[in-house]
Amino acid sequence: MIWRKVAVPLAAVLIFLALWEILVQANGWPDYKMASPSDLPPAFWKYRWLFLEYGWQTLWRTVAGLAIAVVFGLALGMVMGFSRTLRDALYPLLVGFNAVPKATVVPIIALLFVGQHDFNTVLMAFMISFFPIAVSVSIGLSTLEPEYRDILRALGASRLAIFRKIALPKTLPEFFGALKVSVTLAFIGTNLMEIVSPHGRGLGALFDSGKTSADYPLMFAVLIALAALGILLFYVVVWLERIFAGWAERPAS
Amino acid sequence: MADLIEIRHVTHAYATPKGPLPVLDDLSLSVPEGSFCAVVGPSGCGKSTLTRLIAGLMKPDRGEVWLHGERVKSPRATVGMAFQNPVLLEWRTILQNVVLPLEIVPTKLTQAQKEARARELLELVGLEGFEDKRPSELSGGMRQRASLCRAIVHRPEVLILDEPFGALDAFTREDLWQTMHALRAEEPFTSVLITHDLRESIFLADEVVVLSGRPATAQFRLPVPDTGPRTLDDLYTPQAAAMLNTLRHQIEIAQGRTPAAGTRKTLPDPAPTESATPEILP
Ligand SMILES: Nc1ncnc2c1ncn2[C@@H]1O[C@H](COP(=O)(O)OP(=O)(O)O)[C@@H](O)[C@H]1O
Ligand SMILES: [Mg+2]
Repeated sequence: MIWRKVAVPLAAVLIFLALWEILVQANGWPDYKMASPSDLPPAFWKYRWLFLEYGWQTLWRTVAGLAIAVVFGLALGMVMGFSRTLRDALYPLLVGFNAVPKATVVPIIALLFVGQHDFNTVLMAFMISFFPIAVSVSIGLSTLEPEYRDILRALGASRLAIFRKIALPKTLPEFFGALKVSVTLAFIGTNLMEIVSPHGRGLGALFDSGKTSADYPLMFAVLIALAALGILLFYVVVWLERIFAGWAERPAS
Repeated sequence: MADLIEIRHVTHAYATPKGPLPVLDDLSLSVPEGSFCAVVGPSGCGKSTLTRLIAGLMKPDRGEVWLHGERVKSPRATVGMAFQNPVLLEWRTILQNVVLPLEIVPTKLTQAQKEARARELLELVGLEGFEDKRPSELSGGMRQRASLCRAIVHRPEVLILDEPFGALDAFTREDLWQTMHALRAEEPFTSVLITHDLRESIFLADEVVVLSGRPATAQFRLPVPDTGPRTLDDLYTPQAAAMLNTLRHQIEIAQGRTPAAGTRKTLPDPAPTESATPEILP
C-alpha cells in the first residue's frame, strides 16, 4: 500500500526528469535555450541560501493569504448560503470580481500600498483564492435538504446547533474540494505579486532576477522549487481533508 | 384516556407565486395518549404539512395544535420524527446518529448513559453489531431502523412518522411493521403515521383517518378493533379485507373519483363489531 502510494508517483517523476534530460541532450540545446535537469542541482546549490529564505517567504505569504481566504470565504459562503436575498445581491458582484484578470490588479495594488511588499503579496494571494471557497460553501449550505435541518429543528435546536452539527460537517467535502483549487490559486497570487513588484522578494522575485540575468538554470530551478512547494501545500490540504472529511470518501471496492 | 394530540379546526395555506395554495381546511383530529393513528390521503393533499404543524415546525394560519394540554407554538423536545428519507448523517457512525437527539434536548444523562440508551434501542430493532458502521454501509431497511431509533431515543411523547417505509420493498416493509410493534411494546409513545399503504395503516394503527383531497380535512375515521397482538396473517382475514375495502372506497372519494360500481358490493360486510363500524365525521 505504502509502496504503491510513494513509489508509483516517485517513478513518474523520475521518468519525467529522464525524458526531459534526453530531450535537451538529444537536441544539443545550450542552457540559455533550455535548462536540463542536470543543470538544476548546481543552480540550487549556488543559490541555496536564497532558495531557503525566499522559499520560506513565498510559503508563509501563500499560507497567510490562504488562511484569510478561508476565514473570509467561509463567512461569505455562510452569509450567502443562509440568506437568499444576500445571495442574490452578492453573486453578480462576486462573479464580476472573480472575472477580472488578476494580473491587472497586481500593479494597482502595488501602487496603492507602495513598499508594503509582504502585505501586498498576502492580499493578492487572498483575493485570488477566496472565490471558490465562498461559492462552494454557499452552494453546500443552500442545497442542504430541509429534512436534515428538520430532524434537529423539530427538537427545538438553535440555529447555531444546526449549523455546528449538520450544516458545517455536511459542507466540509465541498469546502475541501474548493480548498484544493484555492491552494494553487493563492500560490499564483503570491508569485504574480513577487514577480511584478520592483524590489520584490520571494521565489517570484528570484525568478525575475534569473530572467534579468538570463540565468536559465536558475529560472528552471525556481520553477521546480515552486512546483515542490505547491505539491507540499496541496498534500497538506489532502491530509486535512482525510482527517476532517474522510467519511465522504467511498470505501475502495 | 386523555387526548395527547389535539388538532382543532386547523386551516393552512402556503404562499406561492400564483397566490395562496389552501392545503388544510378546518381539519380536526385527536389522538389519545398511547394510541397509534394512521393518516392516509391522496398524494399532495397536505399530510406532510399536518406533521410539520404537529411538530411545531410551522404555525397554522388558523386553528390550534395542542400536545399534552399545551398549545404548540414552536418545536419541542417531546417530539420525535422520522421521514421517508432516513436522513442519517454520513460523518457519524450508526450509534452516534442515534445519540444525536440526546445532544440537543436537555438531559442529565452522561455520555455513557446516552450511548447505552442508543445501544438498547439498536438491539431492539435488530441492529446490534452495526453500532460502529457508517450509514453508507447499511441497507435501506437498516438505515430506516436506525432512523426510527433516533426518533425515539429521547423518549418523546409524540412520534411522528411521515411515510417512513414508503421507499422500502414489500418484504422489508413488513419486517419493519413488526419492528414497529416491538418498539411500541417497549416504548410509551403516542404516534401519528402518514402512509399511502392501506395494509400498513390497519396493521399498525388503532385508528385510521382518511384525509380528503386538497385542501384536506378529516373525511373519515376507521377504528381498528384491538384483537390482541397482530400478525401478518391478520391482514388476510375477511375483517381486514372489509376494512381495506372501506378505506379504498374513501380514498377514491377523496381523490374525487366515483368508485367503480361493484368493487364494494362483492365483499363482506365492513366490520364485525360495533366499535369497528366506520363512521363519517360530522
Ligand atoms: N413550503 C411550501 N410552499 C408552497 N407549497 C408547498 C410547500 N410545501 C408543500 N406545498 C404544497 O402543498 C401541498 C401539500 O403538500 P404536502 O403536505 O407535502 O402533501 P402530502 O405530504 O400529502 O403529499 C402540495 O401541493 C405541495 O406542493
Ligand atoms: Mg408528504
